[in-house]
Amino acid sequence: MTALDTPVVAPARRAAVRRAGKTGISGPLFVSGYVVLLVAFGVLPTLYAVYLAFTNVRGQFTGLNQFLRVFQDFRFWPAFGDILVYLVFWLLLIVVLTVGVAIVLRSRMPAPLSAALRFLYYIPGALAGVASVLVWLFMLDPSVSPANWLLTSLGLDTFAEVLAPGHLSLIFALIAFWTGAGGWIVVMYGALNNIPQEVLEAARMDGAGPWRLALHVQIPMIRKWIVYMVILAFAAGTQLFVEPQLLQTASLGRVSPTWSPNQLAYVYAFQHGDFNGAAAISLVLLVIGLAGAGLLVTRSGLFKVDEQ
Amino acid sequence: MKRIIGTTVVALVLLVLLAFFVLPALWLLLAPTKTAAELTGQSPLSFGSFANIGLAWQHLTGFENGVLFVWLRNSAVYAVGALIVTLVTSIPAGYALALTRFRGRKLLLTVTLIVMIMPSAALVLPVFLELNLVHLIGTAWSIILPFSFYPFGVYLVYIYFATSLPRELLSAARLDGASEWQIFTRIALPLATPVVGLVAFFSFVGNWNNFFLPYLVLPGSDEFPIQVGLNQLLSSTPSFNPVAGAGLNITSPELALAIIVAVLPVLVLFLFSQRTLVSGMLAGATKE
Repeated sequence: MTALDTPVVAPARRAAVRRAGKTGISGPLFVSGYVVLLVAFGVLPTLYAVYLAFTNVRGQFTGLNQFLRVFQDFRFWPAFGDILVYLVFWLLLIVVLTVGVAIVLRSRMPAPLSAALRFLYYIPGALAGVASVLVWLFMLDPSVSPANWLLTSLGLDTFAEVLAPGHLSLIFALIAFWTGAGGWIVVMYGALNNIPQEVLEAARMDGAGPWRLALHVQIPMIRKWIVYMVILAFAAGTQLFVEPQLLQTASLGRVSPTWSPNQLAYVYAFQHGDFNGAAAISLVLLVIGLAGAGLLVTRSGLFKVDEQ
Repeated sequence: MKRIIGTTVVALVLLVLLAFFVLPALWLLLAPTKTAAELTGQSPLSFGSFANIGLAWQHLTGFENGVLFVWLRNSAVYAVGALIVTLVTSIPAGYALALTRFRGRKLLLTVTLIVMIMPSAALVLPVFLELNLVHLIGTAWSIILPFSFYPFGVYLVYIYFATSLPRELLSAARLDGASEWQIFTRIALPLATPVVGLVAFFSFVGNWNNFFLPYLVLPGSDEFPIQVGLNQLLSSTPSFNPVAGAGLNITSPELALAIIVAVLPVLVLFLFSQRTLVSGMLAGATKE
């Protein structure tokens, strides 16, 4: 039957295969809606921010003056310093703990217990954004916090003492870790699942204990995913806004309104009405985000799905 | 011996993490069962009474003539509106990027990857400046349209079609004389339900939780989504803001209840779709 059909079908099938590469205008049509949104809310705002950052209020080209001006603002470098300290805490926490926990959950635990723990760790993920910050306002207030014994044993007896300027980077790192870590543990677990069983067996046969196995086999094999997480967490971390903004509201001004660069840009735009300066700051942040993204897309090999 | 110590340390770390992740959520659930005084006086993880929940609910819904419901409705309008536009634009786009060839396709793919990885907050201020230029500030569209731009959704759909829809199936359909539109709606779309669900979930949750953009573009309380509303409640809570809070009946239990109400839709959605989500996320996570 098949043998009989083949000669008849073959030419037509070849034509179909040839046509499959050229599907006329349907491709461009199918992407058109998305392209409109991409241009309107990805490309155009970026170009407009570039335009604003290189001009003044009257639209005259001012070169790098806007950048020089915001660089000289006494609040600019402290804001980037805050973010830097925050990023160190947050990236250390997330890398060490999500990878470590995922390895333990994958290799040294009965499956139902591992699944239950992954689910429980993921729960705060549902309380993203404003909700998570508000919950942590309570957690950090010694008068209501379930961890008040911990806070007071650290010598922090009032909400104001907890919110001392030197503590903020760590506090934001804890909030970010609380909401974000569960999701990354699931991702790392999935990546670990992908390591062929034979590879692990071979390493065990060679006498590798759990530590050596983790350090020399598992972590190198999920390196791509760790890099992916670090770059995403880094880029998102530079954009911190909600957390310090809400804490500022709740602390009666004890927390600086320009703690993070995004807050500083917000103050430029909405309190000074200085859109050019605000655009210059956002552009600096945008370049940092783009650099991370570009590095990831070109270097990591994570996105090589294309071109069979 | 060494092994026992190692296991103990590991178990201890897992337990401390468990407490760290679960206790704040548990505290949040218990907080509205207590009065503000009980909240500070009683043990933090004790249960108050159901009557107190009712009282907190009355105070909360009484705040500015029930503006809470307006916020929730606004959130629903913004999140669902954006979700619909996202699905209508991103599913065909991901499909076309994966299974058709056209000029500019590679460029579009690269730009999508870059924008997808960039944190969305990076573009919020530029988007605000642009919306300001075209006088769209303060309208629902100034939220829905920027929310609708969801490159991560396009990427998910692209990956799905590129890896799990056999090209032979499409060639066979073309052979039978189906048009590109028919192939998309009759063959590709029915096979894509898992990824449509995944995109819908992520987009809805992202939109529902977004604070930065609505905070910038919406002028009045009547237009706020619940996230910005929570910020307003926070500044009306005496324990955090003694100046503004007098006589409004909004105290810590009311605020805690408002947080629960705000995350409830996401939580319910999450619990119902947990299985699909984890498998879908892993499908994405294990794609090389």
